[in-house]
Amino acid sequence: MSLKSTLRAATALSLITAGSAFADGHSATITIATVNNGDMIRMQGYTDQFTEATGIAVEWVTLEENVLRQRVTTDITTSGGQFDIMTIGMYETPIWGANDWLVPLDDLSAEYDAGDILPAMAGGLSYNGTLFAAPFYGESSMIMYRTDLMEAAGLEMPAAPSWSFIAKAAREMTDRDNDINGVCLRGKAGWGEGGAFITAMSNSFGARWFDEDWNAQFDTREWSDTLNFYKNMMDDSGPAGFATNGFNENLSLFNQGKCGMWIDATVAASFVTGADSTVADSVGFALAPDNGLGKRSNWLWAWALAIPAGTQQVDEAKQFIEWATGTGYIEQVAANEGWANVPPGARTSLYENPDYQAVPFAQMTLDSILSADPTDSTVDPSPYVGIQFAAIPEFAGIATEVSQEFSAAYAGQQSIEEALEKAQAITNEAMEAAGYR
Amino acid sequence: MARSVTPRRKLINTTVAWAIGLLIFFPILWTILTSFKSEAEAIAAPPIFLGFDWTLENYRIVMERSDYGRFLWNSIIIAGLSTVLGCIIAVPAAWSMAFVPSKRTKDILLWMLSTKMLPAVGVLYPIYLIFIELGLLDSRAGLVVVLMLINLPIIVWMLYTYFKEIPGEILEAARMDGATLRQELIYVLTPMAVPGIASTLLLNFILAWNEAFWTLNLTAVNAAPLTAFIASYSSPEGLFFAKLSAASTMAIAPILILGWFSQKQLVRGLTFGAVK
Amino acid sequence: MATKASRSAARIMMAPAVILLLGWMLVPLIMTLWFSFRVYLPLRGGDQGWAGFDNYTRFVSSSSFWPAVQTTLIIVLGVLAITVIFGILIALLLDQPIWGQGVVRILVIAPFFVMPTVSALVWKNMFMDPVNGLFAHLWRFFGAEPVSWLSDASMGSIIMIVSWQWLPFATLILLTAVQSLDSEQLEAAEMDGAPWLKRFWFIVLPHLSRAITIVILIQTIFLLAIFAEIFVTTGGAFGTRTLSYLIFQRVLESQNVGLGSAGGVYAIILANIIAIFLMRIVGKNLD
Repeated sequence: MSLKSTLRAATALSLITAGSAFADGHSATITIATVNNGDMIRMQGYTDQFTEATGIAVEWVTLEENVLRQRVTTDITTSGGQFDIMTIGMYETPIWGANDWLVPLDDLSAEYDAGDILPAMAGGLSYNGTLFAAPFYGESSMIMYRTDLMEAAGLEMPAAPSWSFIAKAAREMTDRDNDINGVCLRGKAGWGEGGAFITAMSNSFGARWFDEDWNAQFDTREWSDTLNFYKNMMDDSGPAGFATNGFNENLSLFNQGKCGMWIDATVAASFVTGADSTVADSVGFALAPDNGLGKRSNWLWAWALAIPAGTQQVDEAKQFIEWATGTGYIEQVAANEGWANVPPGARTSLYENPDYQAVPFAQMTLDSILSADPTDSTVDPSPYVGIQFAAIPEFAGIATEVSQEFSAAYAGQQSIEEALEKAQAITNEAMEAAGYR
Repeated sequence: MARSVTPRRKLINTTVAWAIGLLIFFPILWTILTSFKSEAEAIAAPPIFLGFDWTLENYRIVMERSDYGRFLWNSIIIAGLSTVLGCIIAVPAAWSMAFVPSKRTKDILLWMLSTKMLPAVGVLYPIYLIFIELGLLDSRAGLVVVLMLINLPIIVWMLYTYFKEIPGEILEAARMDGATLRQELIYVLTPMAVPGIASTLLLNFILAWNEAFWTLNLTAVNAAPLTAFIASYSSPEGLFFAKLSAASTMAIAPILILGWFSQKQLVRGLTFGAVK
Repeated sequence: MATKASRSAARIMMAPAVILLLGWMLVPLIMTLWFSFRVYLPLRGGDQGWAGFDNYTRFVSSSSFWPAVQTTLIIVLGVLAITVIFGILIALLLDQPIWGQGVVRILVIAPFFVMPTVSALVWKNMFMDPVNGLFAHLWRFFGAEPVSWLSDASMGSIIMIVSWQWLPFATLILLTAVQSLDSEQLEAAEMDGAPWLKRFWFIVLPHLSRAITIVILIQTIFLLAIFAEIFVTTGGAFGTRTLSYLIFQRVLESQNVGLGSAGGVYAIILANIIAIFLMRIVGKNLD
């Protein structure tokens, strides 16, 4: 076998494999990039019905959240055209919409009734009044607490508690001998993890990321108060190693009965009252705490489906979005798996449905969502939109690094002052690099 | 340097060696065991070693959720073809370096290795843009080429060291007998180098199988191998240790089994010229 | 011995490999160099013109740069030290006659087959998780407070995970070298009453020096590029941000390709400094 013929054979071989990659996709197959959350995975189980009804086959690319972000962002910024639908959040949507990277969803069918989408969600997923992504589920954050432990501590949770009450209750509920921590909160590095929590919390302490000239504000007393309060409370009554706990770690702790209170995403309510939870019978809900300054510490988020502008299959993609985020899907899940398991927080009609109102966390979820306003999230005026984030392209990178400094402070590897100094420097450096200052 | 030792020494050696072997293997064993537990048993305190209700439920869920067969097939194709293609290109290069060395041979060899030092994340955008231009995104052909290029320096290096161990006199003799270059390559060199080539193929198959940056970033559906499969099982909501273990086991099992069957080859062949 | 004909044949045979690698090196390198002098912000509409040396000065003057270089070196050196030392010990042990040698060898080399993502996920969740991890159970069993490995001992944890993956590779290469050791020489030394440590130091170690060099060279190349292990476990927090992770953060998280590309150029320079340093040693040891 000569070198030439070998090379030729190898080339032919790789061409064949490349060819077969195209061969298995028939004309109507849409590719969807999505996150590996429980609700999304449940939806994948129902896609056969969509394919049956429409003849459109669906290919899923299911990735862990951080990998997904990295993947879809690279693809959208380079017009890679790998996906027909991308699962993105409230942070990405307005930025991508502004760049004309997404197909506007302004011509969805009357049957779909886009007007039914909760205004807070539609607002966060629009740019200049045009909807660019349809919410699959939406969330705010709220307090989930153990009614039995609260009672044992002789306390009663107000519907809208303050941070000082939370700190006090946490201390009372903590029982180190029985491995019960008064309060579990996110401390994990990452802008969507601990970064989101502390930013939302800081709003209620009167802090903000930027002043109106885009100067970082970490040198203010408000930020130092926020972090000190958080750390003191967590050192007193939080779980060991809270600096690495994110949503999932806390969920698992709460479900194992190791948390008195947990302030996190409203979607968690169906998990802590679900089959995996050992404390399902004794969970109560309350609004996220405030500090008497007029802002609460709850955020607003939605996982939404959007169509990248480069796709050849806009119509098919729209059909899928209407199916997945429409009321029909919600009813189907409710019929098969109960109302508590439907994707929450996206549609007004869901909260008007008496069957859903009977779900214990429905009203508190709605109240939390309604009390969050991304356009006016801080006590002092700020130049950005967003509650637990600032909807500018640079934010994800900055906030991830800032939250890493915070996590190091939570773990006791540096003081809060040091963490804030570094955060200030990181943020100003990055904002200069991006040309804001 | 193996020598005969007293039975007592042998017993001690055996005990220590087994202890170390089991310690090193334990994380894999634990993953495999956990994959047969229920989610509740997977986090039970104290941990349950063997006395749990063995279940295949996690595997069923994973199979239902992901098209494992396709990921597996992609892994095999991509790792296999990139290795074979790499060898086809590397054998002549390594041959000429070993038998017709020049002043620059070693420089070229070291330069080849240094191409591996370009940090992958730094060139993601350039490569992604090139792949878009060439229409190679999410194609197995594209990944085959990239993985081949990534591992080519290692292949050349390995083959070079094997070839160098082949005594020149044999070639000399073949040439005296009038063998052409091609005959020399096929009838004299190749048979002598087969063990070396085999372990090179093996090592590169493993490296290509485990490559997790490009395989994840340049694929979506059609070409996604097992590294992409595993990316959907890390930290979802709720309990996931058992499902993660099942997915992990499925991702590493094929290569682990291959490795075990061929470990003699690896032990003998993986020298990089370490032995003179 | 090489004739002129075989010389030109050799050149032709080398050409495909050299040309391909040259292309693989130059094309991304030139693009990286180009981007590094541009203001390239994908989320702000892409390439926005010349940046001069701004990206370069900004990358170095960033407060994260030197710590990242330091972290990179610590991880590389830490893993090298662990894998070489334990690799030698295990190789010497495996060379002894033991019962079930084949099985033990399989057990020892198994981690090499585990993909980095899987190994990071398994270690992070099933061993190092401070609540449900096996280490936490073990610590509690002995009445100790469980350690939050990935925050309180972040560097140690990552070095351990990576070492676990690379120990088999080092062991394998060192084992082949140990097996080629001349046993008569050792026995003679033993007869002469040379103690174990002396025999090891004066006979075994010099014999292994070549193998050790190769382990160091090849592992360094791979270790400079480790990414998945950090991405999965700490995400760069708690002082585990290596240079390549910093570049990842600039390019993908901050979406500043220009800045990240400048970082890439620095990483290449650093890698080449290390490479030259290594080549010096290797070059001496390889002839």
